[in-house]
Amino acid sequence: MSNVRTSAVAAVWLVLQRDLRLAFRRPAQLVQPLAFFAVVTLLFPLGYTPELGKLRAIAPGVLWVGALLASMLALESLFREDAADGTLEQFVVSGQPLVGLMAAKTLAHWLLTGLPLTLMAPVLGIALGVPVAAMPGILFSLMLGSLTLSLIGAVGAGLTLGVRRGGVLLSLLTLPLAVPVLVFGARATELAIVGESLMGPLYLLGALAVLGVTLAPLAAAAAVRIGLE
Amino acid sequence: MSELSVKNLHVFRGERYLLKGLGFEVRAGCCLQVVGSNGSGKTTLLRILAGLLEPESLELSWRGERIQPRNPEYHASLSYLGHDPALKSDFTAAENIAFHVGIRRHITSQDVRAALNRVGAEKFSDRPVRMLSAGQRRRVALAALWLTGSHLWLLDEPATNLDSAGQGLVASLIQDQLARSGLVLAATHQNLGLSGGQLSTLEIGTRGVSA
Amino acid sequence: MNWTWFHRLGSPPHIYRIAGTLTPWFAWPAGLLIAAALYGGLVLAPPDYQQGEGFRILYVHAPSAWLSVMIYGVMASAAAVGLIWRMKVAHAVAASCAGVGAWFTAVSLLTGMLWGKPMWGTYWVWDPRLTAQLILLFLYLGYMGLRAGIDDLGRADKASAVLAIVGVVNIPIIRYSVEWWNSIHQAPSVMKMERPSMPFDMLAPLLMMLLGFTLYFAAVLLVRLRAEILRRERTASWIREALR
Repeated sequence: MSNVRTSAVAAVWLVLQRDLRLAFRRPAQLVQPLAFFAVVTLLFPLGYTPELGKLRAIAPGVLWVGALLASMLALESLFREDAADGTLEQFVVSGQPLVGLMAAKTLAHWLLTGLPLTLMAPVLGIALGVPVAAMPGILFSLMLGSLTLSLIGAVGAGLTLGVRRGGVLLSLLTLPLAVPVLVFGARATELAIVGESLMGPLYLLGALAVLGVTLAPLAAAAAVRIGLE
Repeated sequence: MSELSVKNLHVFRGERYLLKGLGFEVRAGCCLQVVGSNGSGKTTLLRILAGLLEPESLELSWRGERIQPRNPEYHASLSYLGHDPALKSDFTAAENIAFHVGIRRHITSQDVRAALNRVGAEKFSDRPVRMLSAGQRRRVALAALWLTGSHLWLLDEPATNLDSAGQGLVASLIQDQLARSGLVLAATHQNLGLSGGQLSTLEIGTRGVSA
Repeated sequence: MNWTWFHRLGSPPHIYRIAGTLTPWFAWPAGLLIAAALYGGLVLAPPDYQQGEGFRILYVHAPSAWLSVMIYGVMASAAAVGLIWRMKVAHAVAASCAGVGAWFTAVSLLTGMLWGKPMWGTYWVWDPRLTAQLILLFLYLGYMGLRAGIDDLGRADKASAVLAIVGVVNIPIIRYSVEWWNSIHQAPSVMKMERPSMPFDMLAPLLMMLLGFTLYFAAVLLVRLRAEILRRERTASWIREALR
């Protein structure tokens, strides 16, 4: 038996792989947030109007709010199972930097939820009258926005560990913090739809993502430690 | 020369002092058996030493140095086995062990096989853990514990869900650990079959330490 | 530097006594200032040439909005002190701030809505400041909800402390994004009462009210803090002495 300590980077990579592999053992669960996103988007034409011209005007809001809500649903499962079966505790006691392990879990969560939602959005946009030329803009803005959402949500998920009916509270905590992402992202989508340059809001989304990547794993690690006490 | 030393441990939990002024020492090659009635604070004590819970006050010394229980080097030298066996139910036993130990140190699949053999889990090692009984899961958790090879073991009721053969396994693993100069703190009522020099007892609730 | 005074602040019996002594020193001046400000604002100040008498609600709206943000800052600072220096009293301060802050936010929203009705014919307008206050209210409710949802007091203190700190970092970002959102869409931006351009007899009652509200907050905080300390320390031995 070798006694070589696993490096922090290797440990982070192992956690990322683990979460991805575990998720693919239950593929049905991966589809649920995507189905939710589709259903929510579908409700708007039914509740409002079938006219594509009018739908195109509200498409940015609908797509972003739908993606936001679908992410909220998926966030609850970020730490829930690991906390329930005791593996989250083992992360804390592993001797590896908890911040890195939290970042790995959040990244895995984004790859499994945020990224698929992002890829779905242009397709759903078609149902809302969004022109094909707007797709790249929608993709880029949602990619950055959904990443930031996963990061903010990780903090909320850590804080609400073990709270009864924590899902609703998690949404209540996370949604106000997600307002900047929503505002910049919806604006970027709007500009993409009318064919104008969306670099301004895209840069702002990028700034939020950078802030999130730097600070959120720290807060999530602190939250998880507290939640396990 | 004690390796683990605890002094002035005050724990406030549920609006009262659960442990007050607790102190003890554990030397290398020794096992401290923690006994006490339910709710007396055994689990709390182990979780505090594992750095999972913050006490009101604690003076912890590890290998002669004062440290905080959240010190990464300290964590790297210990293994904590709590009430839950800490296994992912969708992974097989082998995959669980490979991950659990792998994030701490490099191991090969032969190492994993050896660990499974040591605890008698080879027969069911390739099924997803959710198909295993509670006793079988506990054996898998013990295999991971053994393979990690940490210097300090913090065990909370390690023989839960195990039959008498399983309890014998726990005792034998602890003996192995002590033989390689490791330390064990175990909250358990079972007879570990250790000789006097290797075993001391800590009774919580009356706060005495007797050898 | 001798930090004893700081650590003594962490002693519940000490704080309990000081809070009790200090409360009237805040409460009475608060009452006087608020009364004077009300008189100055409602009676003495001349009507605004654009908005007529309706602008007077500013005297309650603006100070409560200012306080709602300041209280969140106090709450987050106290929570940070509690988290870093492990002072239970600091956590008690944070817990005592939350309700007051939420109320001030609600008052600012209500007065904002009352202002809007005669001015714009509608009770709600997506003005950036009103919108930001609404989000702030949700931040407070989230904080209070998290505290209520966690049974163990120590954990609730620490978790809500992390939330408050995350919130305080986010508040400027949220405010900026809401201003940006509003300017992009050119919605009716409403209550532009720039302080420097206000004549003195309009400005003075406003500043008095602001100070009065602040002192009022301090008094209420001290009272609530004492109650919070009593609740937390109810099994401690010094309580009997203190309540004699």
